[in-house]
Amino acid sequence: MEITTMTALEIARAIKNKEITCADAVNAVLNAIDATDGKINAYITVCREQALQKAEEIQNKIDSGELTSPLAGVPISIKDNICTKGVKTSCASKILGDFSPVYNATVVEKLEAAGAIVIGKLNMDEFAMGSTSETSFYGATLNPWDTSKVPGGSSGGSAAAVASGEAVCALGSDTGGSIRQPASYCGVTGFKPTYGTVSRFGLIAYASSLDQIGPVAKDVADCAAIMDVIRGKDVADGTSLDVEYPEYLTSLTGDIKGMKIGVPTECFNEGLDPQVSAKVKEAAEVLRSLGAVVEEISLPFLDYVIPAYYIIAAAEASSNLSRFDGVKYGFRSSNYDGLTDLYNATRSEGFGDEVKKRILLGTFVLSSGYYDAYYRKALKVKSIIKDHFDRIFADYDLILSPVTPTTAPEIGKSLSDPLKMYLSDVYTVSANIAGLPGLSVPCGFDNNGMPVGLQLLGQRLSETTVLNAGYAYQQATEFHKARPEVK
Amino acid sequence: MQVTKELVGYVAELSRIKLDEAQTEKMQSELGAVIDYMDVLNRLDTDGVEPLSHVFNITNVMREDDVKPSYDRELLLSNAPERTDETVIVPKTVE
Repeated sequence: MEITTMTALEIARAIKNKEITCADAVNAVLNAIDATDGKINAYITVCREQALQKAEEIQNKIDSGELTSPLAGVPISIKDNICTKGVKTSCASKILGDFSPVYNATVVEKLEAAGAIVIGKLNMDEFAMGSTSETSFYGATLNPWDTSKVPGGSSGGSAAAVASGEAVCALGSDTGGSIRQPASYCGVTGFKPTYGTVSRFGLIAYASSLDQIGPVAKDVADCAAIMDVIRGKDVADGTSLDVEYPEYLTSLTGDIKGMKIGVPTECFNEGLDPQVSAKVKEAAEVLRSLGAVVEEISLPFLDYVIPAYYIIAAAEASSNLSRFDGVKYGFRSSNYDGLTDLYNATRSEGFGDEVKKRILLGTFVLSSGYYDAYYRKALKVKSIIKDHFDRIFADYDLILSPVTPTTAPEIGKSLSDPLKMYLSDVYTVSANIAGLPGLSVPCGFDNNGMPVGLQLLGQRLSETTVLNAGYAYQQATEFHKARPEVK
Repeated sequence: MQVTKELVGYVAELSRIKLDEAQTEKMQSELGAVIDYMDVLNRLDTDGVEPLSHVFNITNVMREDDVKPSYDRELLLSNAPERTDETVIVPKTVE
């Protein structure tokens, strides 16, 4: 049994049927990390001993019948901006040093209670700010399909680890596409839930009104199973929603007959790679053949989503990251004169260039004299974007588009043209601005063998519709089953 | 919108980030490009539109005032860059 190619649900079933043990599953993942992480650098921390010990504990609970969750015994890996008690959590930044949280994020608590076993902490763009996972203090993560390419970002470690078999499944976070875009570049499945569905307690904040934790996995069913565990109201996160949540996994029927899917013409204009365009249009045809009604729609505000997003995200980042000052935890500069200079020196030495740039940008758009012209303007644009989506979702169940304009770019190409990198988020950021659930599923390969991703967006709290459409697509196609040979 | 060196310096000071000459120049050009690009929002008429912070209309989330134990001090201090037995150490704040 080749454990590293199995899905999370298949592994849990094999454990339940006593075909493999939890320790077999954990060892398979650890061996995969030993074999390929030297080539792709997906992990910042591997919790070897801890995971093996946990495997024994969980095995006993499964054997005694105490643990019956669909994820019991499944190894899972966590993006390094999500707090894990007693395990270094760095946000891929120098400024957090060897910071070791005194509590678990709510999502980690919930996953452990369901019997999932944390394998390690995954590499990312520093503070989740980037689209390539190149800005990590711990070195860039590389794309397992072609190590001269980026894995995407900011959850690049999550996507690369799942694609290469170094993780069975993973948690990422998505502020402007940071789950969906790397999932697309690495040929895996990624889901950003409705804002407020998953508690952000213990997620080190980038832009609080946009951040959402979600799964990165081998297929939609695994994403649904993880969502069943992590969703829900949490008193520790005031923005988490107190609503009745459906069971996502059992709602996957694969029946999408009559589902109305809108395809925005603006998403297929210039700037979109013709090969990506072709694959996404083929995917739309697959959904049509399964009984969905696919029609062209318009997103006339698409030109405004990137500037609105970067203004809001940078503003919130400049505020959120003010807590990193070298006083209570993490890195402190050894070269300062007085208290203010302690802050200045620590932050100047501790943050990387992209983070500094976004802090400066955010401070600028919030500063006296510019607040109305930029920040307040962006919040008004957010209102217009949300209203427009609401009108579309009055008539349609889903919006279908590419995840990204191109497949994964080469290492080093994106950071040299930052504005171009920002613009590559054009199809994903709307979901964060309007709080929508968004799914990225593999839908083919370009001529160089690099994965292409399909994005499905739904109305807020319509996760079952979004996941079910992705599930139907994966029942009809095999793209999500392709795995790279890491060279 | 013209991003001057002075503006970069002012924003950096507010942000508690020190930039040397070369970094200031780089930020001036990169921030200039991004802020220029953001000016496309001015093409959109937003008169009469209310700014939207949160997509769900959540206000004043309340909870019971339960007494719960705090985190262990020693554990918290174990992350501090400089500390005594019971507190973090910072440079003198008042002369």
